[in-house]
Amino acid sequence: MKKEIIISGFGGQGVLSMGKILAYSGLMEDKEVTWMPAYGPEQRGGTANVTVIVSDDKISSPILSTYDVAIVLNQPSLEKFEPKLKPGGILIYDGYGIINPPTRKDITVYRIDAMDKAAEMKNAKIFNMIVLGGFLKVCPIISNDGIEKALKKTLPERHHGLIPLNMQALEEGGKIIKQM
Amino acid sequence: MKAMADREVTLMKGNEAIARAAIRCGVDGYFGYPITPQSEVIETLALEKPWETTGMVVLQAESEVASINMLYGAAGAGKRAMTSSSSPGVALMQEGIAYMAGAELPGVIVNVQRGGPGLGTIQPSQSDYFQATRGGGNGDYYVIVLAPNSVQEMADFVDLAFELAFKYRIPAMILSDGVIGQMMEKVVLPPFKPRRTEEEIMKECPWATFGCIGGRKPNIITSLELQPEAMEAHNIHLQKKYDEIRRTEVRYETQQCDDADYIIVAFGSAARIAQKAIEIAREEGIKVGLFRPITLWPFPSEQVDAVARGKKGVLVAEINAGQMVEDVRLAINGKEPVEHFGRLGGIVPDPDEIVNALKTKLM
Amino acid sequence: MNDVPMHYCPGCSHGVVHKLVAEVIEEMGMSDKAIGVSPVGCAVFAYRYIDIDWQEAAHGRAPAVATGIKRLWPDRLVFTYQGDGDLACIGTAETVHALNRGENITIIFINNAIYGMTGGQMAPTTLLGQKTSTCPYGREASLHGYPLKITEMAAMMEGTCYVTRQSVDTVASIRKAKKAIRKAFQASMEGKGSCLVEIVATCNSGWKLTPVQANKWMEENMFPFYQKGDLKDTI
Repeated sequence: MKKEIIISGFGGQGVLSMGKILAYSGLMEDKEVTWMPAYGPEQRGGTANVTVIVSDDKISSPILSTYDVAIVLNQPSLEKFEPKLKPGGILIYDGYGIINPPTRKDITVYRIDAMDKAAEMKNAKIFNMIVLGGFLKVCPIISNDGIEKALKKTLPERHHGLIPLNMQALEEGGKIIKQM
Repeated sequence: MKAMADREVTLMKGNEAIARAAIRCGVDGYFGYPITPQSEVIETLALEKPWETTGMVVLQAESEVASINMLYGAAGAGKRAMTSSSSPGVALMQEGIAYMAGAELPGVIVNVQRGGPGLGTIQPSQSDYFQATRGGGNGDYYVIVLAPNSVQEMADFVDLAFELAFKYRIPAMILSDGVIGQMMEKVVLPPFKPRRTEEEIMKECPWATFGCIGGRKPNIITSLELQPEAMEAHNIHLQKKYDEIRRTEVRYETQQCDDADYIIVAFGSAARIAQKAIEIAREEGIKVGLFRPITLWPFPSEQVDAVARGKKGVLVAEINAGQMVEDVRLAINGKEPVEHFGRLGGIVPDPDEIVNALKTKLM
Repeated sequence: MNDVPMHYCPGCSHGVVHKLVAEVIEEMGMSDKAIGVSPVGCAVFAYRYIDIDWQEAAHGRAPAVATGIKRLWPDRLVFTYQGDGDLACIGTAETVHALNRGENITIIFINNAIYGMTGGQMAPTTLLGQKTSTCPYGREASLHGYPLKITEMAAMMEGTCYVTRQSVDTVASIRKAKKAIRKAFQASMEGKGSCLVEIVATCNSGWKLTPVQANKWMEENMFPFYQKGDLKDTI
């Protein structure tokens, strides 16, 4: 198994931390992982993306030309990464703010209205966990248990009270993702 | 972190690995100044407070100029000291590095490179190859340059750099870049090694300035000698040392070179990208191998020449305008075609670009 | 002190200050624990004369070098010996920040208002109207800026515990200067903070005067601007 994933959106959407949780979960399940952010001066509002590779074998390049999965959370990210999906790849997008939806026919497209769901759950901070839940539903490379373990490992103990909420967000994401 | 099992596999950024490895391999002091993309080194050290555990000193200096001179002072007093910075900051340090080379002081300098020239960009680059491998300051000198290509090597090369630096009384540089510094990968940190005791330092560094204990003759750390004859003799001594390092400390790695028609030569992060390019090329039926210099100085000249012999061509892939390619061309000396591919100014090439360069420049 | 001929010009203040530093180290019983940091400038060869461990620093960087040594050998006596160009011009940043951090080091600062080693050019401490080879018509504020009172700056810093300005032109002033150096070295060893001992000094070669004339010129021109005495003492 090897999944080459790009996650891209606005800074502040939790793009990097979503990638981090994925990478940590991979680590906990004894897989090879790399997490490579396109780092910039922006803290909030600019574009942020991260390449996450989860593999059973040693990983060569942390920088890729094409991807198995693109998780795109704004229009510029969709435009940038839709062409870089491998044929047969998976594209997941949040419908919020997308004017021109994906058009490629040789990929599988999923839509997840995570922004709406997060608003409904009255917590913008769990947006990225909803997206992650959707991704893991259609591409189950890590179990939800693995994610929970990673959260326990990576969150400082004072934040462990938030883990149930995050796991709930993960579940919700799995429910609301739909193939287009 | 102390509770962490000694050889646990964990996930961290390259910059963090440098810091955590430093604490674990008995480093006495770190002096640094914040600059993107390497600030996590000093941030991690500040968070870990090693002064409370191993006794390692961590100090944020007023500039890179001050950092390198604090390193000079500490190294001159026999201590294991290091600094880290990124390209413009390392440019500022060149004076101090030249003084360390002249005074034969061991110390470790980490450069997490970003694009230049000048203030440049904060994105990754390998454009300080010349500066690192030619002795970036004044005078005839070299520093040992190690080029890690993974977070694991970031961790492993800290101790290696110190061992080499003290073995030869020479500054050693870990030449990394924003890719390796910022990415997270699995890493097993080096085993704990205590800091040397004062007695051990006095024994290992009889030349150092820690006071004339027991009435020994004063030690003087200097790079100054106004008599040209004496200065020439000192330079000849340095050159002999450099020759010995060239003979004994070359490090490199090859992958899939035996059956290859083409060789890609790449170091650091570019070598990782090149590995993927080789996977792609081989899927297309193009037989390509990788030659990765691990020491950039001393450069594995004979080794790259031997590997390239009889091949159809050599592509040097670097994230710069063509620097290491000069060393490869000098080594191969026209026997096989050598071409260069690079992206500049903070753009990191992707694997497809390297495959395309191989096809258009050599096939 | 080593038994070697000094390279200093006859009449220069460096020799006297070297002797005071050497005497204080010996009297404190610190010969085996003292590490000096010499500058670029006339005192570049200080390490030839005082027989303790020395490091020769790059121009202006002595306080950073001393910081590196003292932080890693905290029970050693670490001091720098610097001239005005080294300390108050090219090394201002290192001086200011080492003092402000309260490094437990002593800075011996020889202020002769001129670059001696390179042949008498303008220094940061050159007085207004004073002639040097790079202000041959006299220092003018509009052209060259003002002389820098870095010792006054040091006195304002939280990190310093003892800041004083002395001279070595008379027997009485030599005795006072020696006391100041001893007090500073002791404070450094007791971890009380940074100490700066400025010695207002002559450079008769650079000033193009005889040693006697130089002393008189210093008294008449330097002392009114660089007033002697303790600027700060919290010991």
